[in-house]
Amino acid sequence: MDEVARLLRRLGAGVIDRIWRLGYASRFMAMVLRDSTMAFRRFSLTMRELYFAGVLSLVIVGVSGLFVGMVLALQGFETLQNFGAAEAVGVLVATSLVKELGPVVAGLLFASRAGSAITAEIGLMKTTEQLSAMEMMAVNPIARVVAPRFWAGVISMPLLAAIFSVMGVFGGWIVAVKLLGVDNGTFWSQMQAQIDFRLGIVNGIIKSAVFGVAITAIAVFEGYDAPPTAEGVASATTRTVVASALAVLALDFVLTVFMFRGTGL
Amino acid sequence: MTSPSADTDLVTLRDVNFGYSRRPVLRGVDLSVPKGKVVAIMGGSGSGKTTILRLIGGQLRAQTGEVRVAGADIAQLDSNGLFRMRRRMGMLFQFGALFTDISVYDNVAFPLREHTSLPDEIINDLVIMKLEAVGLRGAARMRPAELSGGMARRVALARTIALDPMLIMYDEPFAGLDPISLAVIGDLIRRLNDALGATSIIVTHDVFESMKIVDHIYFVADGRIVAQGAPGELRGSSVPFVHQFLNGETDGPVPFHYPAASFQSELMEAAHG
Amino acid sequence: MNRSTIDLWVGIFVALGLGAIVFLSMKVGNLVSFKGDEGYHLEAQFDNIGGLKVRAPVKSAGVVVGRVAQIKLDPKTYEAVAVLNIEPSYKFSKDTIGSILTSGLLGEQYVSLDPGGDTTYLKDGDRLAKTQSAVVLEKLLSQFLFNKAAEGGDKK
Repeated sequence: MDEVARLLRRLGAGVIDRIWRLGYASRFMAMVLRDSTMAFRRFSLTMRELYFAGVLSLVIVGVSGLFVGMVLALQGFETLQNFGAAEAVGVLVATSLVKELGPVVAGLLFASRAGSAITAEIGLMKTTEQLSAMEMMAVNPIARVVAPRFWAGVISMPLLAAIFSVMGVFGGWIVAVKLLGVDNGTFWSQMQAQIDFRLGIVNGIIKSAVFGVAITAIAVFEGYDAPPTAEGVASATTRTVVASALAVLALDFVLTVFMFRGTGL
Repeated sequence: MTSPSADTDLVTLRDVNFGYSRRPVLRGVDLSVPKGKVVAIMGGSGSGKTTILRLIGGQLRAQTGEVRVAGADIAQLDSNGLFRMRRRMGMLFQFGALFTDISVYDNVAFPLREHTSLPDEIINDLVIMKLEAVGLRGAARMRPAELSGGMARRVALARTIALDPMLIMYDEPFAGLDPISLAVIGDLIRRLNDALGATSIIVTHDVFESMKIVDHIYFVADGRIVAQGAPGELRGSSVPFVHQFLNGETDGPVPFHYPAASFQSELMEAAHG
Repeated sequence: MNRSTIDLWVGIFVALGLGAIVFLSMKVGNLVSFKGDEGYHLEAQFDNIGGLKVRAPVKSAGVVVGRVAQIKLDPKTYEAVAVLNIEPSYKFSKDTIGSILTSGLLGEQYVSLDPGGDTTYLKDGDRLAKTQSAVVLEKLLSQFLFNKAAEGGDKK
């Protein structure tokens, strides 16, 4: 009985701790938004972060997109052939990518590559007292260090998701048209006929933007809140990747329900 | 003991109490730093010395008591006031806290670029002058990762004095340095203070180096000021903590043994247990 | 890493990203298709619209000439009314027949317009004179079964 009580008490404390942390994180993000003017007025700061978060993620996103598209075409072709609908492989690849896989997989990749790097960088600056030094020099570290990284992430995500989708379509095209013999014209025309701009592509962009906000917010917060030790920064980095991944998948579900519910799909 | 009147003191702490939820760090601290002087705050690790610096800089807020810098109550300042106050202060962090992603030159130029709209040529002159003052003009293009500990700290010092502050604070400036670097830093602290007409506060536990350069010392133990005075006065002090500290004795008010049950009883337990 | 190299790469990155979005919109989606605002409206009344959805295409001789803008139920006759948005460059005669057809065997349903020989054209707001409703599979089946049963009964 004692054991159970202790277990419950720890569980309760854990829940309260999580809720408290969530509140603290929200307050922090409000501060980031409020202090964001410098990130835009001195855009070179954000540009630098766009390079480190966006440009350096190009390779992993592009290559992954290519492979995902190729696999989709391969797998899809098999199944579609059974229904005599092999020519619809283009639609399959494009729809899956633009609506789901582009935003989600690009988001997961971005979280592990750029998100963890952001957390580690901010955490390290905190540990070596660079943030404190900045504060004492009357420069707001949130405005100068955190906000540019946040906005760079938000801007990068939709671009990366689009690039992922395009590379995926290209990969699908290589497999379907070049390897499996699907007609080139049919591949593209079926795609164009079936994918609606507003429903498919705009919603995909909205999804990736939302993911960008979530991932980068988690990344900057974990970095800023990391305990100023080596283990602290390391565990904060891990937390960023895990929390971002969960957030992306959960948000994906919520957004998909709202976006595609009324279309009779 | 302490007599100076309010207008010759740059920094004063009156009955300051500060602590975290269960742990009191400072209890009823009274402290004043006269203008133009170099003052040391000494004590064991975790005695609250660095907390005093953070209170003066406004990074922490005292629960009770008053912290005044140049006549202004730090706790009452709004963010604008704090901003202006910090521009007149410089703080040298323990290992320099240089920005690792930019060069030495850019580190020293940082406060100048952020707080002034001076043209590049003038900033260039100022940066070179500051680096020259600490003897590292030749290292301007290097990166912090390429510097030794002593050099990094000197660059950080150049950055600290970039805007000619009226108050310079040092957090353990002597920690981990070789004898030559120790002498260099100590010399720079004194010379720069006098050259800039500034006031300096050094938090340290290095007795030898600081006694050479400071005008006044405060001893902190257990969250309180236990002794203060000029270096010469304190050498002959009868306060047990000061005696143990200055002479490096292994046992005294700060005990050798961490509190535990009696040794004999624990041995007996092991034998019978 | 100096300033201008970063600027260059960021510029390339943003250009690639925007280019990707444009590519997706044009080649993958169907942004080039006409905006519905400029067309004129025609109404068509059906007994049953089947699976016809809003934004389904309106075709004539297989060419997309418009989109279904709205589907509503006439409260007096309890028949379905589809409002069609037709591209202004296409004109249809007054005796045009509108039918709901299915593309392929199991594909989406669309409205097909077959013009007649009348020399006057339908104007904005006009209603189609004749329509053919969608084929509802269940009704077809039940009719078939009914006919079969009747046949069997007669043969006896």
